[in-house]
Amino acid sequence: MTTYDASFRVWRGDTGGGALEDFKVEVNEGEVVLDIIHRLQATQVPDLAVRWNCKAGKCGSCSAEINGRPRLMCMTRMSVFSHEETITVTPLRAFPVVRDLVTDVSFNYQKAREVPAFVPPKGVAAGEYRMQQVDVERSQEFRKCIECFLCQDTCHVVRDHEENKGAFAGPRFLMRIAELDMHPLDAADETGLDRKRTAQDEHGLGYCNITKCCTEVCPEHIKITDNALIPLKERAVDRKYDPLVWLGNKIGRRSGS
Amino acid sequence: MATGTEPQPLTGVHDASRAAIAPRHLRTDRWWLAPAVTAAGLLAFVVYSTWRAFVNDDYYAAPYVSPFYSPCVADNCVPMRGGPNADLIGSWWGLSPALLILIFPLAFRGTCYYYRKAYYRGFWASPPACAVAEPHKKYSGETRFPLIIQNIHRYTFYFALPVAAFLTYDAVLAYRDEHYRWGHMGLGTLVFTVNIVLIWAYTLSCHSCRHIVGGKLRHFSKHPVRYRLWGWAGKLNQHHMLLAWASLISVSLADLYVYFLATGAFDDPRFF
Ligand code: SF4
Ligand code: SF4
Ligand code: FES
Ligand code: FES
Repeated sequence: MTTYDASFRVWRGDTGGGALEDFKVEVNEGEVVLDIIHRLQATQVPDLAVRWNCKAGKCGSCSAEINGRPRLMCMTRMSVFSHEETITVTPLRAFPVVRDLVTDVSFNYQKAREVPAFVPPKGVAAGEYRMQQVDVERSQEFRKCIECFLCQDTCHVVRDHEENKGAFAGPRFLMRIAELDMHPLDAADETGLDRKRTAQDEHGLGYCNITKCCTEVCPEHIKITDNALIPLKERAVDRKYDPLVWLGNKIGRRSGS
Repeated sequence: MATGTEPQPLTGVHDASRAAIAPRHLRTDRWWLAPAVTAAGLLAFVVYSTWRAFVNDDYYAAPYVSPFYSPCVADNCVPMRGGPNADLIGSWWGLSPALLILIFPLAFRGTCYYYRKAYYRGFWASPPACAVAEPHKKYSGETRFPLIIQNIHRYTFYFALPVAAFLTYDAVLAYRDEHYRWGHMGLGTLVFTVNIVLIWAYTLSCHSCRHIVGGKLRHFSKHPVRYRLWGWAGKLNQHHMLLAWASLISVSLADLYVYFLATGAFDDPRFF
């Protein structure tokens, strides 16, 4: 059993300001970054604020930035770092800070509410839904999401541009739109809700420049860009940039309809 | 690229609501390596292909025609026996005939989802790497002109198909010898064959292709054939980045090979 003292640099502060503070903390074999943060809390800074829940990479609570990379603290093994390295842990840098490692992620809840829910098909009772596996397997990948919001945090559209937060749903919720648009029973079309068009017009799909950082950080390894965002962009093209459709609209508009 | 020197914006990670951390990023790995290599690779190709496209010479060495000059649609092309001469434009065109045809592959690759990622990161630093703050004050992505034009990618895919078909024809013609007799092979035949396989693999692994063949459907169960096509396109698509680079290199090498033959720098080793 190897035990050593690791150098940690942890951001401490709140809305009024803060700084990176240095600590030496004991590390034992098999531990993850969250264990070390807990030991720090237990032995040196009892008021250190940190959010966590499952310690198994499934609740999505312990998102933070470790050596500048958005990650789950409970899924980052200490063995990936050398003993000499200083490990820097900060709160997510795209969201308002609350205290220490805890941020206010309500931006994401707001964006979640803005995506219109699944529209039940007419004439089929809730228990009667029948779907074939081939029709749902695409969106099952997206259901693996644990809502850790690491993708939302990394996406440069909002991370680097606070002013884009109003217009841009972020990768997690554009993926939600893709999921619903691919859903075999979603009846949004019948109610006049065009998810393909609104993805671009109301949820800011065009802001995404497919640089794939969301995919890079997703702890569930969901291929967000390749399987949700790009297909959604192609669906928007179907609606908005198909010359035949465009021509049809032009003619339609001229006749005053 | 010239944007790296701009003053740091007080938005983004330095917004007042966020944790007060001065550095633009805290990454300790070599995050700059991938965008630097990507930018260098793309730049090398741009320089090489610009030179070869404008030079208007040394693009034919029987039986091989450079992929940059095929199909040759102007009157000023060198005659290539049984080759891709198709004088559609006429004699008024005085510049290199490569320029007439290269716009199609250029538009295809220029709007490709992978190349977009590559040059947005490599040349435009938007973002330079994940969680590394970009140097731009404002960002509107692909929401407006000019970048909204990227949405035409699918149409450039349609045009890329006939171009790939012509290059296939050229690869078949490479199974002749320098006296135009069939059933021969040289090292160039191999170069051309590998190139055309990579070009097709790249073209068919396109995200728009994947969408058109089946991705746009909602009920795969009603379209078993298209479902299968979508599966194949998806398998290829996973390697889209690799294929983008491999085919970019192979097409340049095929051209360089013809250049060496045409200038007499090198003789095509014949197998049979
Ligand atoms: S691929 Fe799009 S959504 Fe994902 S991080 Fe990049 S810009 Fe954001
Ligand atoms: S998509 Fe991945 S990174 Fe984004 S919230 Fe879900 S699990 Fe987290
Ligand atoms: S504590 Fe639940 S994901 Fe880390
Ligand atoms: S060629 Fe790359 S996505 Fe179409």
